[in-house]
Amino acid sequence: MSDRPHPVLIGIAALVYLFLMLPLVIVVGAALSDTTYLTFPPQGLSLRWFQNIFEISAFRRTIVTSLQIALLGTLIALLIGIPAAYALNRFRIELPKWLGTLFVLPILVPEIVFGFALLKSLTVGTGAPIFLSLLIGHTLIVLPYVVRVISASLASFDFSIEEAAISLGSAPVKTFFTIVLPNVRAGVIAAFILAFITSLNDVSVSLFLTGPGISTLPIQILAHVEQFFDPTVASVSVLLMFLTVAVMAIVERTLGLTFLAK
Amino acid sequence: MTQPLDINAVSAHYGTTKVLEDLSLSVQAGELVSLLGASGCGKTTTLRLIAGFLAPTSGSISLGGRDLTRLPTHKRDIGLVFQNYALFPHLSVLDNVAFGLKQRGIGADERRKRAMAMLERVGLAPLAERAPGALSGGQKQRVALARALVIEPPLLMFDEPLSNLDAKLRVDMRVEIRQLQRANGTTSVYVTHDQEEAFSISDRVAIMNAGRLMQFDRPEVLYRRPANTFVARFVGFENIIPLKVVARDGDIVVAETAGMRLRLPQSLFGQIPDTFLLATRPDGLVVSTDPAAEGLSAQLGLRTYLGRAYQYQCETPAGHLIANGSLTTPLEAGTNVKLVPMPEQCTILAAEDAR
Repeated sequence: MSDRPHPVLIGIAALVYLFLMLPLVIVVGAALSDTTYLTFPPQGLSLRWFQNIFEISAFRRTIVTSLQIALLGTLIALLIGIPAAYALNRFRIELPKWLGTLFVLPILVPEIVFGFALLKSLTVGTGAPIFLSLLIGHTLIVLPYVVRVISASLASFDFSIEEAAISLGSAPVKTFFTIVLPNVRAGVIAAFILAFITSLNDVSVSLFLTGPGISTLPIQILAHVEQFFDPTVASVSVLLMFLTVAVMAIVERTLGLTFLAK
Repeated sequence: MTQPLDINAVSAHYGTTKVLEDLSLSVQAGELVSLLGASGCGKTTTLRLIAGFLAPTSGSISLGGRDLTRLPTHKRDIGLVFQNYALFPHLSVLDNVAFGLKQRGIGADERRKRAMAMLERVGLAPLAERAPGALSGGQKQRVALARALVIEPPLLMFDEPLSNLDAKLRVDMRVEIRQLQRANGTTSVYVTHDQEEAFSISDRVAIMNAGRLMQFDRPEVLYRRPANTFVARFVGFENIIPLKVVARDGDIVVAETAGMRLRLPQSLFGQIPDTFLLATRPDGLVVSTDPAAEGLSAQLGLRTYLGRAYQYQCETPAGHLIANGSLTTPLEAGTNVKLVPMPEQCTILAAEDAR
């Protein structure tokens, strides 16, 4: 057996990368086009469509809203999800099996249905403000990811380590922060990124919960496409991509992304 | 620092299942007591009750006269050594050992000094700055031991600490644990399913079965004079033969079963009741080809080689028995022999105990 991968294998791998990268190349190309309509390959190079994003106030506002909702929703989901995942794993034997499934339900229900249900129960039912409804909706759709990812991390955590710390005189709550949390840090970071990106890109749930004056970026993109056919949508998409990459880069710089290689 | 531990009539349940029934056990100050039994016998439950990870449904536990029953684990001041080491993966070896001292509010310099001294004692001082993940199994267990000892607990508990180590290291480590425990004079509870380990390391051993204490005594007594058929079988008395006394002549008692007559000196066993069980190990039955020998008629079955002897599965009128025969004259399956019990290698059990 030779150490070098088979040529066919290299070919397939190259194809996979091509399929993954090509749409990105096309979007970036279209965003740079000087024309007033979407086209690829770009004709003439210009950044004016990027500039256009910030000239349209709806885009400016929705970018801010989207970031606020994604950040707050993710943080709230972590606050609920980390203790939930801990309890589900720590007391796996004592707790009924269906309890874990409960936290996955929001992704099992079609998002359209989920969004409609939230509209009926939250916005219409209680008359909650739009921003609050959006925040609750996004928290709920990212919660399953948070619980699943952190659960996966906790599944390999040996709880006798926690017991050892407690037996050495560390109070249980303190032990959670000094012993348990540092050992599932990778899971928490992964959950944060996944939840943040899921929230930032969500369309179906936001579609129902946005209202007059408050919208998210993906919804604004949809609204824009319905009326215009200029490359602004491509530039916004590129911007969204860069935002995502930026978040991952910041996390990578501050906390380390090595766990993704595991 | 060393204190006695008292477990007083403790019962415990998991849900509705009773896992421990009315257990009473006293460990003297400085003594090492093993809890021995198969999985599910309640030994780990007992340890978790003492540690406070479980609450008893009834009964009480006290250490040096201080009632522990309602005290949370982190206030019990007990050193624990776990089977899977349970070292903190994100802390260095030194910080692992210093962790308990930190919880006790001891300053950084003093912590470091004491932790290093303890690592020195277990021979791991050069590895103080390593991460636990970089250590071998034996080294990890030494760190765990140092971490439990450095807080100078009045009670030290071990939960199958050597099960994950290979055979040679297991023997070395148990000697090391015993030496450290002796040197510190720390009262200790040691949970294991390994009989040799329990007998070699302990002052006294509590043999448990199905949530009950079967016998609690020194290893020498358990090995020679088991109190009931469970303990007898557990320590290797594989042959248990029911007998009836037919005559008493001074010190000699004549007992009978299935055509065998046996003369037993009462001085060897104490008072022999009219019906009783005679228990022996395979070594306690002599395989005799002399048809005139006074013993149980038996037909030999499967022969296995033990190195020091041949072992025979035997069918007798008193049931299936196991006997060891000499290496010089291997016998074939189907041979009719006599099995002669050697009284000094037998023990006597109460007949009503037949289970």
